[in-house]
Amino acid sequence: MHTLSISQLADGLRARKFSARELTQHYLDRIAAHDPALNSYVTVTAEQALQQAAAADAALAAGNAGALSGIPLAQKDIFCTAGVRTACGSKMLDNFIAPYNATIVDKLQAEAPQGAGMVMLGKTNMDEFAMGSSNETSFYGPVKNPWDLQRVPGGSSGGSVAAVAAGLAPVATATDTGGSIRLPASLTILTGFKPTYGRVSRYGMIAFASSLDQAGVVARSAADAAYVLQAMSGFDPRDSTSVDRPVDDYGAALDAPIKGLKIGLPKEYFAEGLDAGARSCIEAAIKQLVALGASVHEVSLPSSPLSVPTYYVVAPAEASSNLARFDGVRYGHRAEGAKTLEELYKRSRGEGFGAEVQRRIMIGTYVLSHGYYDAYYLKAQKVRRLIYEDFKRAFESVDLVLGPTATGTAFKLGAKTDDPVAMYLNDIYTIAANLAGIPAMSLPCGFVDGLPVGMQLMGNFFDEARMLNVAHQYQQATDFHKQSPQGFK
Amino acid sequence: MANDSIHNSEWEAVIGLEVHCQLMTHSKIFSGAAIQYGAEPNTQACAIDLALPGVLPVLNEDAVKKAVTFGLSVDAHIAARCVFARKHYFYPDLPKGYQISQYELPIVYLGHLDIELEDGRTKTIGITRAHLEEDAGKSLHENFSNATGIDLNRAGTPLIEIVSEPDIRSASEAVAYLKKLHQLVVYLGVCDGNMQEGSFRCDANVSVRKVGAPKFGTRTETKNVNSFRYVEKAIEYEITRQIEVIEGGGAIRQETRLFDPSTGETRAMRSKEDANDYRYFPDPDLLPVICTQDYIEAIRASLPELPEAKKLRFEKDFGLSPYDAKTLTSSRELATYYEAVVKDSGADPKLCANWVSTDLLAVLNKSGKDISDSPISAAALAGLLQRIVDKTISGKIAKEVFEAMVAGEGNADDIIKAKGLVQITDESAIVKAIEDVMAKSPEQVAGYRSGKDKLFGFFVGQVMKATQGKANPDAVNRLLKEKLLG
Repeated sequence: MHTLSISQLADGLRARKFSARELTQHYLDRIAAHDPALNSYVTVTAEQALQQAAAADAALAAGNAGALSGIPLAQKDIFCTAGVRTACGSKMLDNFIAPYNATIVDKLQAEAPQGAGMVMLGKTNMDEFAMGSSNETSFYGPVKNPWDLQRVPGGSSGGSVAAVAAGLAPVATATDTGGSIRLPASLTILTGFKPTYGRVSRYGMIAFASSLDQAGVVARSAADAAYVLQAMSGFDPRDSTSVDRPVDDYGAALDAPIKGLKIGLPKEYFAEGLDAGARSCIEAAIKQLVALGASVHEVSLPSSPLSVPTYYVVAPAEASSNLARFDGVRYGHRAEGAKTLEELYKRSRGEGFGAEVQRRIMIGTYVLSHGYYDAYYLKAQKVRRLIYEDFKRAFESVDLVLGPTATGTAFKLGAKTDDPVAMYLNDIYTIAANLAGIPAMSLPCGFVDGLPVGMQLMGNFFDEARMLNVAHQYQQATDFHKQSPQGFK
Repeated sequence: MANDSIHNSEWEAVIGLEVHCQLMTHSKIFSGAAIQYGAEPNTQACAIDLALPGVLPVLNEDAVKKAVTFGLSVDAHIAARCVFARKHYFYPDLPKGYQISQYELPIVYLGHLDIELEDGRTKTIGITRAHLEEDAGKSLHENFSNATGIDLNRAGTPLIEIVSEPDIRSASEAVAYLKKLHQLVVYLGVCDGNMQEGSFRCDANVSVRKVGAPKFGTRTETKNVNSFRYVEKAIEYEITRQIEVIEGGGAIRQETRLFDPSTGETRAMRSKEDANDYRYFPDPDLLPVICTQDYIEAIRASLPELPEAKKLRFEKDFGLSPYDAKTLTSSRELATYYEAVVKDSGADPKLCANWVSTDLLAVLNKSGKDISDSPISAAALAGLLQRIVDKTISGKIAKEVFEAMVAGEGNADDIIKAKGLVQITDESAIVKAIEDVMAKSPEQVAGYRSGKDKLFGFFVGQVMKATQGKANPDAVNRLLKEKLLG
């Protein structure tokens, strides 16, 4: 059952080939068997999952189920889930249970027709407060890449990708602030989609960098991603930055031919730094797309070399502010025996936050401080505008922009933990989309030395349907996305 | 310390005020929680007010409307686009670790308010800006030993912070400005004006300089002075203190000070060096607020008549003195009450003004009540004044009826009837009373007739006494003169 696509699962449930309870139990059994090797889940909600599955079975029997009713999923532990701990990879929130659901949790899990009726298997491991590119900053320990247990799965949505790649969930939610969906998807053969900023509600998603954070999905195909993304998307009056605009029918768009599609290849994305093996996989994929009727055109995104430094001003600045609420006063970790208020703050935060989070809080505090704001934060905002304008110009002549997702394949655990800058450069190709607010996705396009390679598609604002269509057409002609790691088949 | 050392000296004070004014919205500025004062601690704080992880603010449109209403009433600019910013500092009653405020782009800027000085002149005080922000919660240090309680009911209450230009030159000017501002925001229905509950709070920036000096002196900021009297005392204290420090060869430190009502003094709280670096930046959770010209004009069209315009209208339409007009327009409710009395009674507006501003206000002041809970309604007072107009009772008897009405004995007609106070207009009855008085007072009659005109009052008094005050005074005067002249 764990090799079936979302639409096959939906058909199977409707045809009574298996019940939602059986399907859920199958995944729970796989998690019990395989997750000790991966550490992809921080919480497994078996009892609740079986209850949700029973409700889905009842809805299926009564004929009022939704398209996704009874299909299991894993939730990244950054989304608040009422009654189930939401720790966000941090000791700070190790004891935190939200009294409310994130909007996307309601949308995906409430029973049809209010929600999609999906079944939550559990909460997935992640870099602490989503700060990391390798899932090594989690308080709950690193996640292993199912393709090679010595290697990282990428981050920050490392638990979500490992779980889906290993068949421990058919699909998972994820979030992307600088590449946290796309980079780990590329390192684990998955299709990961970060929608347009404002397409998916941020309410109840623990904030890292508010102007960059966007929820999305990691799945085994573009089609699977399309169905779940459809259910997550839409305007939310509780999120002022969500956009009040109808959601396109992503599923219906999948089968359109892509003849005449104009693909832009940014020359800056194919310059130095890209692994030769990865480059040849991507070049082969471009040929495949041309064979499907697309044309390719060189474009330039001249400000893209500034993406990483710009991001590492904007994101820590917002993070330093967003994480100020974790003070040990109302919830979360509180240091014991503090004698003064200042000591309470310093020790609660010093003990509750890990090294990478503390580093980013310090960077962010510095760039916002008096006398430095103009030189750093304001300057970064101006560069951000230039990056946005690069894309705007590119989309005047092409429909999509294509490039690598990562500089190479998954690296070894611990290989970059002592070198923050080397770690930050993992996101060199993914960050620009967050800064511009445009939708971007990663999809698999080959292997180098047995490790998955992904390519990235970036689209114009709200062009999700076309991107999923192109990815789906590519996946109809290729089978990289159908591969699964040895030991997790 | 002599509070008037500023007078007769070469020193001049420079004062600017920051007023925090809670807006009378139904819910908080960024959440749906209620903002009723005095609720049990932490019963009016939702997940957003508690700053739980993942929650987001959504702007209350009514707060924007009230800020714009205020801005238009002080002839200020309304920003076509304004931006919320985060102001960071750590304190237990500030749940997010930052306050959502406005920094570079406030919603209201460059307005002014005219105040009347003691010598009758008018002075214009500039209003630099008024920005929207959220209030913090409260830290409760009483009732806890070795601990501090946090009440987040107030967290997220909408405020406008109104910042004046440093145009104020004395404590009395500061009070005049504050009173005018207070009257205005209450008039507009923007703020309930309750200073005890903290709905209207003032911080005073004070510096001194030699008269004619080109630059301002170093200023201090005295925080949270929450009554007009305290503002006056705190500023006077601060002016005197600063002059003494400088004249004693010292220098003023830029610092935040706290006013202690029990001593009437201010004391240093923190210096500029200890001040927080607030690390303001635009709040990425909130979009810029766009106020279109149509939106602004719609609010302008719905503005109530402002106190100044109402005062001028009362002078013109009702023939009131500037003093009476000012008294009667001191609050919107009082002005409405007065206008209802004029309309319902058909009496001379000046007579109505006397009754409302003298008799009624005396009763209210004595009982500490507000016009809104007056024991006598406008219609009831009008009913009394109608009986004066139609000469059923005299003005003097009306005072007696009024007292009975205050005591809750019913409406004017019932009281007049029950107490038999209907005025005697039957001239034969009055003539009889006059003749009785004259018969009993032959000496006074002789005195009056020999030229002691002052004795006339004696006779009026005696006649009124004999008729229990019910005789028509005009008739008494006329008939007395006839009889005394013989």
